[in-house]
Amino acid sequence: MTSLLTAEQLSLGEVEDLFGLADSFLEVSSRRMPKVPALRGKTVVSLFFEDSTRTRLSFETAAKRLSADVMTFPVAASSVNKGESVRDTIETIEAMGIDAIVVRHRYAGVPHQIAGWTSASVINAGDGAHEHPTQALLDAFTLRQHFGSVEGLRVAIVGDIRHSRVARSNVALLASLGAEVTLVAPGTLLPPTVAGWPTTTTSELDEVLGSVDVVYLLRMQTERMREHLVPSLREYRARYGLTAERATRMKSGAVIMHPGPMNRGVEIAGEVAELPNALVVDQVRNGVAVRMAVLFWLLGSGVGPHDGPVESDPSGAERTVDG
Amino acid sequence: MAERERRLTPPFGGVFVARKRVMGPDDVDRAVWRMAHEIIERNRGLEDVAIVGLQTGGVPLAHRLGEAMHQIDGVNVPVGSLDVAFYRDDIGLRPVLPEAVTDIAFDVGGRVVVLVDDVLFTGRTIRAALDALTDHGRARSVQLAVMVDRGHRELPIRPDYVGKNLPTRRDEVVNVADDGVELGEMMK
Repeated sequence: MTSLLTAEQLSLGEVEDLFGLADSFLEVSSRRMPKVPALRGKTVVSLFFEDSTRTRLSFETAAKRLSADVMTFPVAASSVNKGESVRDTIETIEAMGIDAIVVRHRYAGVPHQIAGWTSASVINAGDGAHEHPTQALLDAFTLRQHFGSVEGLRVAIVGDIRHSRVARSNVALLASLGAEVTLVAPGTLLPPTVAGWPTTTTSELDEVLGSVDVVYLLRMQTERMREHLVPSLREYRARYGLTAERATRMKSGAVIMHPGPMNRGVEIAGEVAELPNALVVDQVRNGVAVRMAVLFWLLGSGVGPHDGPVESDPSGAERTVDG
Repeated sequence: MAERERRLTPPFGGVFVARKRVMGPDDVDRAVWRMAHEIIERNRGLEDVAIVGLQTGGVPLAHRLGEAMHQIDGVNVPVGSLDVAFYRDDIGLRPVLPEAVTDIAFDVGGRVVVLVDDVLFTGRTIRAALDALTDHGRARSVQLAVMVDRGHRELPIRPDYVGKNLPTRRDEVVNVADDGVELGEMMK
């Protein structure tokens, strides 16, 4: 079995396959009966050591629309709280017979570790400040849907880059798809080094606002203030918030994105989130289709990452040319 | 049948080598024309009739049938396309990816739906198509039109309209293109 752990692991061809699948699953989602039998008999477990209602619901909706069975592992109410190790937890749920585990954990690398302990597919739904590959996929898919292609787009990712797995995965995927990414943040919210990142960096939002096609705002977490990384939310908003006034200075045709949940009035003004060029709702809708694509790609398509040779049909060639 | 599936499937990955041309472009035209007449005759007109082509080979054929019916009866029959990848019974046994996005812009409920494909072989694609179609609504009836019926059915499925009955060996390959139908095989 194979896993989706990082955005970097995906080749361009694999991203294209995933986007093609997501196109099909968007059509499925638009039906009166938005469900296909593709993953009947497969079991998907969501294992969220860190709370995230939105991402968990998105994955669970995706799995159910593919007719997979879904188990939610209630970490808070489980034996994890009685001191069971992650490894024992994985071995226990694996013994029940499962096909995929969707994992979120506050520490970077936990999904990779889990992938080494199980033969089920592991999908990284966010690990620490490291990666969140399905978020990057749904963001790139949303841009492709809106602009036709990601190539050549100029994207500003604004905010707490340092603590953001969304930023890391997005930088990797968008750059590989040919976008020009600029990181916009005060020095305190940048990683210790961005050497080797395929990006440019600035601390002035106003400098790039008029020239980018995409303003991608990250959630500003209030605990960053307690850590004294920003002086105050008001000051942050003054320099980095997408206010109504700033939104008018965006390039014509440019769009606004946010991974949610939004802090209205901090990184994004309430009325800006409602603008027609704010794609936040599209991101959520596309999220389900993209996660369906990832689940089907790993569990059903037979063309997932690093798959060995697919079991050949014993009856041979004729199987493919049927009517 | 899907070019991509052909490319990805282990026994294939080869090149189609034609051995024999079994229908020329005129033969295909005449077959389309005849099947269009038969569909009109069987349904006593085209009221509530819709055509759905299966991705990918059935889609151009569905459009040609639609045009022929328009010329014969002056009625614009709605034409859609259906991809059955997510309904196949061999998911997990071999690579399965959709060819294109399903596009059925009309309400299937209460209609007579004519499914269209290029080659009828084991019948498994049609089995999947019947499931897929049901998810779009409850058709009053479903009929099946194919350009070539090559036999070797594995399921109790039969076509209502056939361009040509073509006896084949199981290991042969039938290729339906705009300019005719060829019988051949895949070479490594």
